[in-house]
Amino acid sequence: MTGTGTDGRTPGTDSRLSGTDNRPAGGAPALAVVRPGALTTVQDLGRPGHAHLGVGRSGALDPPAHALANRLVGNPAGHATLETTVDGCAVRTTAAVTVAVTGAPCPVRVDGRPVAWGAAVRVPAGAVLDVGRASWGLRSYVAFAGGLAVPPVLGSRSRDLLSGLGPEPPAAGARLPLGAPCGPSTGADAVPWPGPPVGALVLPVVLGPRDDWFTPAALRTLAGGGFRVAAASNRIGLRTEGPALERAAQGELPSEGMVLGSVQVPPDGRPVVFLADHPTTGGYPVVGVVPEAELAAVAQAVPGTPVRFVPVRG
Amino acid sequence: MTAHRTDAPSPCRPLRVGPHALLVEVAGTEEAQALHAELLRRRAAGTLPPVTEIVPAARTVLLDGLADPQALAADIVHWDVPPLAAVGSEPVVLPVRYDGADLAEVAALWGVAEDEVARLHSGLEFRVAFCGFAPGFGYLTGLPEHLHVPRRATPRTSVPAGAVGLAGPYTGVYPRSSPGGWQLIGRTDAVLWDVAREPAALLAPGTRVRFEVST
Repeated sequence: MTGTGTDGRTPGTDSRLSGTDNRPAGGAPALAVVRPGALTTVQDLGRPGHAHLGVGRSGALDPPAHALANRLVGNPAGHATLETTVDGCAVRTTAAVTVAVTGAPCPVRVDGRPVAWGAAVRVPAGAVLDVGRASWGLRSYVAFAGGLAVPPVLGSRSRDLLSGLGPEPPAAGARLPLGAPCGPSTGADAVPWPGPPVGALVLPVVLGPRDDWFTPAALRTLAGGGFRVAAASNRIGLRTEGPALERAAQGELPSEGMVLGSVQVPPDGRPVVFLADHPTTGGYPVVGVVPEAELAAVAQAVPGTPVRFVPVRG
Repeated sequence: MTAHRTDAPSPCRPLRVGPHALLVEVAGTEEAQALHAELLRRRAAGTLPPVTEIVPAARTVLLDGLADPQALAADIVHWDVPPLAAVGSEPVVLPVRYDGADLAEVAALWGVAEDEVARLHSGLEFRVAFCGFAPGFGYLTGLPEHLHVPRRATPRTSVPAGAVGLAGPYTGVYPRSSPGGWQLIGRTDAVLWDVAREPAALLAPGTRVRFEVST
């Protein structure tokens, strides 16, 4: 084994990406990570269908933003993008490539010059694309024409932080191959730009399957507000701080399957909304489920944001 | 309508899980495994509505990605689910060196000599009831009740890949190094999880498993 990358080039040729060498490289285009930011991961639409093996869906936490970034550069929605957290990232490309940044609004620069957020931008070979700190929200999506061509695992290029599947979060100097562009960027007629939540993040919760494990008072507490997004939130779940939900049933719940958006209540009584990297089975009761369409807003909710759950009976 | 069907309590209870999923609760682990097998049969036969995930667990089976969970909920309570077949395909055999860090403690809990643990454990047949915790980690049922042991009071921060452990009614093998609180009785060189392999998981729900003493 020579350890060649997926594009067949030997590792030795990667040296052209290091240091200040800005020359375009031959062969398949690639990115070199200059500044990885707080947490940048490769994400696509995830790997559904493996939950029975203990493998979660994973995938972009804000799927509409991920899909829009792809659409702006002419990619299908399933191509892999970079998902950044809080403070963006910076990458250098070996070849000219069309990029688009969506999700959390942020300053975008190419070799230091401001360029458009939420639009297709041409980045010359060797230039540094810098995705800055989010002005609100948490997660920006950076799509490249052709997508990130890291090897898929079980049909997906998503990094699952809980199970450890998919490409490692790239460190400074890491190299990510780019795929061949599918065609010209067609742009988008309209770029949705959802603002931050006004007053509170309002989340409908379809009660069940284990709402009967909680007292009527607990369900009133859930609906009564007083929750905030906790700083410990991550791709596994949105944790909350606030009042504790009181259980009617004591004892342990045998392990059972968990869906995306499950509002699980651990022994401390503070609801956790399960996001893309959630465990596939769990042993704490799920009081209700936040419908998937609401989870993009959850993915952008900064710590301290007030959360109001609106219980919906089936 | 089905008003005449009031003779016996329903053997399963479907519970709503959001707009697109159903959690079907049954009496116990064997019933969950039998329902899981029946769901796989119906999916293979094309008589199950399209579904993204079928996730068995301790006494439930979760169906996710359903267009109309309420319709399936109304139907499933009338299903006649055959009991789990005692045999099927050949069991997966895992060679184990029974030299785990908790062997003495397990022997004491079982009230036997240390070398008896290997004989007793390798003499049983197990079945993967469900997976979770980590990709490819199977919860294997088949331990008789008098051999159930509690989890360790303090979990280990690192359990090596291939470690064979016991907890409550379950046996399991760690697919990769991870923290863990199960009582370790031995270790296997079998590769439980390999994404470059098809299938990646050596043990999937329903798989029969035997352990074999390896020296």
